[in-house]
Order: sequence, then C-alpha cells, then structure tokens
Amino acid sequence: MNTTIMLFLLQDGITNGAIYALLGLALVLVFAVTRVILIPQGEFVTYGALSYAMLATGQVPGTARLAVAMGLVAFALDLFFARKALHARLVIRSVALNIVFPVALLGLVYALVGPHTPIAVNIALALLIVAAIGLFLYRIAFQPIAHTSVLVLLIASVGCHLALQGLGLVFFGAEGLRGPALSSAAVTAGPLRFTGQSLAVYGLTVGFIVALWLFFGYTKTGKALRATAVNRLGARLVGIRTTLSGQIAFLLASVIGAISGILIVPITTLYYDTGFLIGLKGFIAAIIGGLVSYPLTAVAAIVVGIVEAFSSFYASNFKEVIVFTLILPVLVLRSLAAPQVEEEKD
Amino acid sequence: MSALLTVTDVHISYGKVEAVRDVSLDVARNEIVTIIGANGAGKTTLLNAIMGVLPLRGRTTFGGVDMAPLDIEDRVATGLSLVPEHRELFGTMNVEDNLELGAFRITKAVAVTSLERVYTLFPRLKERRKQLAGTLSGGEQQMLAMGRALMGAPKLLMLDEPSLGLAPIIVADIFRIVGELRAAGVSVLLVEQNAQAALQIADRAYVMELGEFVLSGPAKDIAANKGVAASYLGFQHEGESAI
Repeated sequence: MNTTIMLFLLQDGITNGAIYALLGLALVLVFAVTRVILIPQGEFVTYGALSYAMLATGQVPGTARLAVAMGLVAFALDLFFARKALHARLVIRSVALNIVFPVALLGLVYALVGPHTPIAVNIALALLIVAAIGLFLYRIAFQPIAHTSVLVLLIASVGCHLALQGLGLVFFGAEGLRGPALSSAAVTAGPLRFTGQSLAVYGLTVGFIVALWLFFGYTKTGKALRATAVNRLGARLVGIRTTLSGQIAFLLASVIGAISGILIVPITTLYYDTGFLIGLKGFIAAIIGGLVSYPLTAVAAIVVGIVEAFSSFYASNFKEVIVFTLILPVLVLRSLAAPQVEEEKD
Repeated sequence: MSALLTVTDVHISYGKVEAVRDVSLDVARNEIVTIIGANGAGKTTLLNAIMGVLPLRGRTTFGGVDMAPLDIEDRVATGLSLVPEHRELFGTMNVEDNLELGAFRITKAVAVTSLERVYTLFPRLKERRKQLAGTLSGGEQQMLAMGRALMGAPKLLMLDEPSLGLAPIIVADIFRIVGELRAAGVSVLLVEQNAQAALQIADRAYVMELGEFVLSGPAKDIAANKGVAASYLGFQHEGESAI
C-alpha cells in the first residue's frame, strides 16, 4: 500500500468517524439522562436525510404528516395523564407544543416546498420535522415508562426502531435517495481533495462537541440535565422536571441524528433502513465510551471510522464484521474491570 | 398563628401493608416541629409522602393550598423542601454546581443572596466549593444536602435523620444550624432517632410508634414524659450517640 492510498483511507475514515462521533454523543446523552439506549437514533438519521432529499426535489415528505399525527397522540396522552388535575395553563401549553407546533410546521412545509427552495430552508424544515418527531417519540413511548428498568426501556426502544423503520419504507419507498451537496467548493492539499461537504462534516462535528461541552458545563439547563443523569430523585427534589430533561435529551438527539443524515445524504445514497447500520456504529463508539464518557466516545468513533475505511479496502466483504468485532474486546475488558453490574435503583 | 403545613388523617401503604395509619400533624410558621420514634416507625415514609415521593390517602395542605394535585416539582416551587435520608446529592458534580441547582426554580438574583447565606451557615462548603460532592465526608455531605435545600429559599424545610451516621461533634453543629434557621424565617419539620438532641431545639414534638402518633405536645413536656424518657432518652442502644 502506498502513502496516497493510506491518506485517502484515513481521510475517508475520519469523515465517517466524525458522523459516528455525533451519533455516539447523542446516544450517551440520551442514555445518561433517560437510561434509554436509543436504537431509533438511526431512524432520526434516515428521516433527516430523506426528508431533506425529498424537500430538495419539491415534494412534501410523509414525516411532516407523521409529526402531526404523533403530536395528536402526545396531546391525548397529556390530557389522559393530567385528567385528575387539569389546569388551563397545562392544557394551553400542551396544545401549543403538541398541536400548534406540528400543524404550523406542516403548513410551513406546504407553503415553502418547491424545486427552487433554498438549501438552507430545506435543511431547517427537515431539522424541525425530525426534532418534532424526536420530542413526541419521548412523550409517547418513553415518558409513561420512564421509571421502569433499563431492559424494559431497551425493548420499547427496539419497538420504536421497528415502527419508525417501517414507516420510513412507507414515506420514502424502497429506492434510495440522494440529496444536493451543501456546497460545491473544494480544497486540494497534496494528493487529498477536501470537498466542501467533508469540511462541513468536520466543522459541524467539532462545533457540536464544543457546543455540547459548553451547554453541559456552563448553562443552568445543561447542568440540570447532568443532575438528572446523576440522581433522578435528587433532581426532582430541587424542582427539575425529569420529564422535561428527557424531552430535551430526545430533542437534542433527534436534531443531531438529522444533521448527521443531512451531512451524509449528498455523499452516499441512503435507503429507508440505512440509518440503522450507521446508528449502530455510533452505538459501538458509545459502548466503548462506557455510555458515560463523551470524549472517549468521540475518539472511539474516529477509530471506528478509520477501521471501517481500512477494512473496506482490504476485506470489503467483512467490513461490517470487522467493525462490529471491535466491541468484543471492549466488552470483555469492561466486564473484567467491573464484574458486578448493578441495575440502577430508581 | 396560621398553620403552614397541615396533614389530616393520612394513611400510607406499601402494597397491602399500611406503614402509616391515621396520622395528623401541623407545622406553624417559624416553628420547629420534630417527629421522634424508633427505626421503622414510619417517620421517613411520612416525610416522603408529604413531599410527594410516595402516594398517600388523606388531606395535606401547604400555605392553605391543597397539595393533592401537586407533584414533587410543584411542591418545591411552593416552598416545601426535603433533605432526604440518603441525601440524594449530585455526586459527580462539584459543591457549587450542587448548590446552584438547588436554586433551579428561583431567579438568579435571589440565588446569589441564597448562596451567600448558605456559605455563611456552612463555611466548610465554601472551602470545598470546587470539590466533587461524592468525595465529601458524611458530615459535609449532610451540610451540602441542607445547603442545597436552602438554596431554593423554602418556607418549610423537612429534614430526615440529619444526624444519621455522623460524629457527635458534627451532629451538634448541624442541630445548632437547624436552630438558627428559625431566625431566618424557615420552619422546620425534623425527623430524628436522636430524640434528645431533637427535643432540645424543637418547639413541639410528635412521638411515632408502628405507624401511628402515640403522643404529641410541646417538646419540653415530651422530654419530661416518663414513657418517652424510658423508650427514647434513657436507654440508648449501643452505637447510638447521645450528645
């Protein structure tokens, strides 16, 4: 192998690794705050990517209608759980969040959609749609069972993944889609050519990591999210609503997933079920980070990306096998380091 | 003097087992009330239910408002605060972050004065403000738990066994501070196994046995009661400290 090929593989690996890092961080975030292992993260990727791609062709993606439907269910749940003590304030808040927001979004999509809509508008619409879906997904599927064990939450998570993937097939069809690139600019450095797209990937990943670090380290809401992760009862006793923390975590995760999707879809064709595999690689990085460490997750994600690039060069048939095998030594080491795993009491 | 907290005919059950039966109590403004009783009498259960951590049957009001529809977070917002038995600190965050989160529901300006007040009450916390809460000693953790609760400027502070597992000298310190809270306009509902120390600072006391109140009255009278003296003051079990 010569140096040029190696550099190409490294570049490819780091670009993919950056995406996995974003997804891994979102997984760690959601797990820390809600104890949910977010399998549907991959669907956020697909929904973001394919909604963006459909908007770019001037069509209204089915996800916008799904957001409205999920909002209605979330509203019904809000009313049901608050039936013993219905305040006007609570109902107004619920109507605004669960009905007005997705309906207005759908209206906005219909008003703005067209073959000549600027890319930035399409991106914003796709992000808002997926953000709404993420928010309502927590409300519908996880908030009612927030107090149960990690295993129950995991099973619910798998269920959500299957449901969303099936809906993805309905919305986007079995054929893959590609979206327009964010920019057509390119920079050449030696043998390597950096497209505007890959530079955007690096920039956004670093930007997100810094933003998350600032958010969790220095803002009241960020600290409240961390507090919820450390001690749920303690958080409630100082007046932090753990349901709100869960919603914020899912909102962030869905936006991060959708951004990852929008970053990938100009590079490779995405199908309705591609997101799952991409999400799983973020998951490997998160597992290597022990589902707690953000920096370790980010580094592990870059390693996963590089290993994937090299194994697709040497043994492309075994690419996924090699990548997923990375998890085994980590699991063995972790189980040796901590032989007793106690279920968190709640 | 109007009652701040009233609890009327309350029952609390764990499944079919009734842990607290037909209990009524009240706490007035600027009053320190203690509930004493042996381990397993239902004291902690009662405090948790008043806070909303456990469901109860019966009527509870705070500041004249029925608390039935309020969840824990709402009760915090109305000025009720619990320092739980296990303290429930944010162990991987530093002392200052813990305190700051105690003021989650109030405005930043109020939080600044609250922080000064807490640091005056507990100078140790100021020294350790950048240390992780999980690395503090037991006494410091108890101070942090109380400090965090006070950050929210509560009207009523409920303390669950603040002396549990602490050295006598620190227990004395903590009880002195509880006594000082009254001057700051905070009422206290104190649950204690260390009956002697609790009765010294309290205005009124309730004695709890097997989920029921068997005696109540001014703390002085309770301390002078022969039965109480025999059960809770005279014969300390081994390992329990009588300061």
